[in-house]
Amino acid sequence: MTKNIVLAQGNGGEENAELISKIFYKHFKNEILEKSEDAAIIDGGRLAFTTDSFTVSPIFFDGGDIGKLSICGTCNDLAMMGAKPSYMTCAVIVEEGFPVEDLEKIVRSMKKELEKNDALIVCGDTKVVPRGSVDKIFINTTGVGVVQKSGISSNSVSEEDVIIVSNEIGKHGATIFANREGMNFESNLQSDCTSLWPMVEKLLAEGIEITAMRDATRGGVAAVLNEWAKQSKVCIEVNEDALPISDDVRGICEILGFEAYNLANEGTFVLAIKRSDAERAVQVLRTFEEGSKANVIASVTHQHDGRVLLLSPWGSRRFMDLPTGELLPRIC
Amino acid sequence: MSSLELKDLYDGFRDPEVIKSFQKLIAKEAERLDRTVNIMEVCGGHTHTIMKYGLTQLLPHNINFIHGPGCPVCIMPKERIDHAYTLAQQEDVILLTLGDMIKVPGSHGSLQDARAKGADVRYVYSPMDAIKVAQENPDKKIIFFAIGFETTTPMTAALLDVVIKQNIKNIFFHINHVTVPEVMKELIDSRDEHVNSYDHRIDAFIGPSHVSVISGSKIYEVFPTHYKIPVVVAGFEPVDVMEAIYMMVKQFNEGRSDLEIQYKRLVTHEGNLKAQALIEKYFEKVDLFKWRGMGNVPNSALKLRDEYAAYDAEVLYKLILPYDEIDDHKLCICGDILRGFAKPQECSVFGTACKPSSPLGSCMVSSEGACAAYYKYGNLL
Repeated sequence: MTKNIVLAQGNGGEENAELISKIFYKHFKNEILEKSEDAAIIDGGRLAFTTDSFTVSPIFFDGGDIGKLSICGTCNDLAMMGAKPSYMTCAVIVEEGFPVEDLEKIVRSMKKELEKNDALIVCGDTKVVPRGSVDKIFINTTGVGVVQKSGISSNSVSEEDVIIVSNEIGKHGATIFANREGMNFESNLQSDCTSLWPMVEKLLAEGIEITAMRDATRGGVAAVLNEWAKQSKVCIEVNEDALPISDDVRGICEILGFEAYNLANEGTFVLAIKRSDAERAVQVLRTFEEGSKANVIASVTHQHDGRVLLLSPWGSRRFMDLPTGELLPRIC
Repeated sequence: MSSLELKDLYDGFRDPEVIKSFQKLIAKEAERLDRTVNIMEVCGGHTHTIMKYGLTQLLPHNINFIHGPGCPVCIMPKERIDHAYTLAQQEDVILLTLGDMIKVPGSHGSLQDARAKGADVRYVYSPMDAIKVAQENPDKKIIFFAIGFETTTPMTAALLDVVIKQNIKNIFFHINHVTVPEVMKELIDSRDEHVNSYDHRIDAFIGPSHVSVISGSKIYEVFPTHYKIPVVVAGFEPVDVMEAIYMMVKQFNEGRSDLEIQYKRLVTHEGNLKAQALIEKYFEKVDLFKWRGMGNVPNSALKLRDEYAAYDAEVLYKLILPYDEIDDHKLCICGDILRGFAKPQECSVFGTACKPSSPLGSCMVSSEGACAAYYKYGNLL
């Protein structure tokens, strides 16, 4: 590892994982933390508990803003453990000179998203720091949710499962890129930033057998699949043709040399579902606008345990790897 | 009127049916070859295409790729990165460069390490972005660390052209532009004292096509005429590369060594004469330039002409730039890989001590390097 922190260590990929395990896990080591799930399961399995910080730049982007993101991000981590988001904290670090009007706009969009999750902010903290100490505004939220369905875990994906994505992939990352200063793209791209609890609630209500769920944030779908393959000691074989990718995202990837499966999502999740329930799960997801492009993308085998394979439509195969290096500016 | 979508430009070149048809044509043609042929794709972009789309898996066993030295980030020697590192550490300097260059390690660290220690290092998508940075930072010196083959050289020349015409006082250049034909000759003629000759090791070249958009296909004429080695200038999509291989195998079977253009949609024999004139105006050849993994190659790089020395950071910062020779890592076999003697997985540190996140050698530093592509995509057969 490098002597000083480099930006690549926040990429959600290989360097990020190394930093977490060599510094934080080393010192904080405990059984709950080591499960490395989206949210910690505590209180004898009754509650899910998680936290996330938001530093996205630009703070207002097509399809959302840092406020909406700060609620979706944390609530989605709870939803991915089968928990209904209930209580949240909100800590804001804001830069001297920041327009109050913008702050209120951000808080209003937080409120709107809280309503969708039927969750409450019940405590908070506000710090103002001198100009230059933060870039405009950073937000941290912590959330507690009540587990509705236990046993969802990224450690138990097996050959009996298939892998589904809930919608088109890579939209948030591509949007942030297109909205960046210095990029003059014309596109209809919007971030997929959305709360996932309503979709999860419906899947649970329909009795779908969910093995694992994860929202594909930093590092994208590739990061989720690679983690699952490693944690569950299986091989995940992805059909390239089956990946739902919009033309706009494809275009941005083409120009900038990215893969849509490495780009961040903020309202799209990956599911491992028992094969017998797969079709029904896709149908349930497609009843939602945010899930209208849901699709089965991969099967689980033991071809190369711990790795993810990408199968091309002309019969060649390659690894779908974790992103390395500095992929994007701050995206969440 | 319906407008042209971006996907219309590439979808056809990734059509599974077309790729499969070329696979069949190549297989049939390759049955007639009496030996294994070694095709060098000179350009890192082609290496990336071949590995990403798994094209080696579609080819018969008697067609072998040698992954050439055409990745401008990969071949940058530590000496030059140390220059960038030193320049970036100057209080009043903002160092600009192109994307991948940021993470390549020099002897003290990479530019991203320099940035973590407080240096102002930024990457730009176009050299022209330097003008905005210069306007926003009038009290800073903006140094553009220019890298790349013939493809990116005209952009650097165009930036210098604007800097001179608009009398911009705070943009300077550190030039590391290299040229393709000279290193191709080096691969055949090799002056490496450890090896006698590379003759006959490379049976054909896939010519870098974006280079030829600028310089024309004429720069490769010497290979079929003097060396009797076929060259096919090819595009970067999987269908392009498959067609180029088909064209080459046909040349072998017909006993020809010709210069052919597969990438006809953009490449001409003469190239972009305006861009060539711009390069000619501002740049001249350097006698020797060290390529990482390859050693010194004569006439293979450019520098600013003497009359533009006032813009040349190498001249202006001569007293503080380091000039010590630095050897490549002793376990690294990139030189052998680039010359076709070894494949990435034959290296003892491949994937262990040497990974894309901590590269030891040139072929691992950029996604266009052979080792990085093998590591990333697995070279599954």
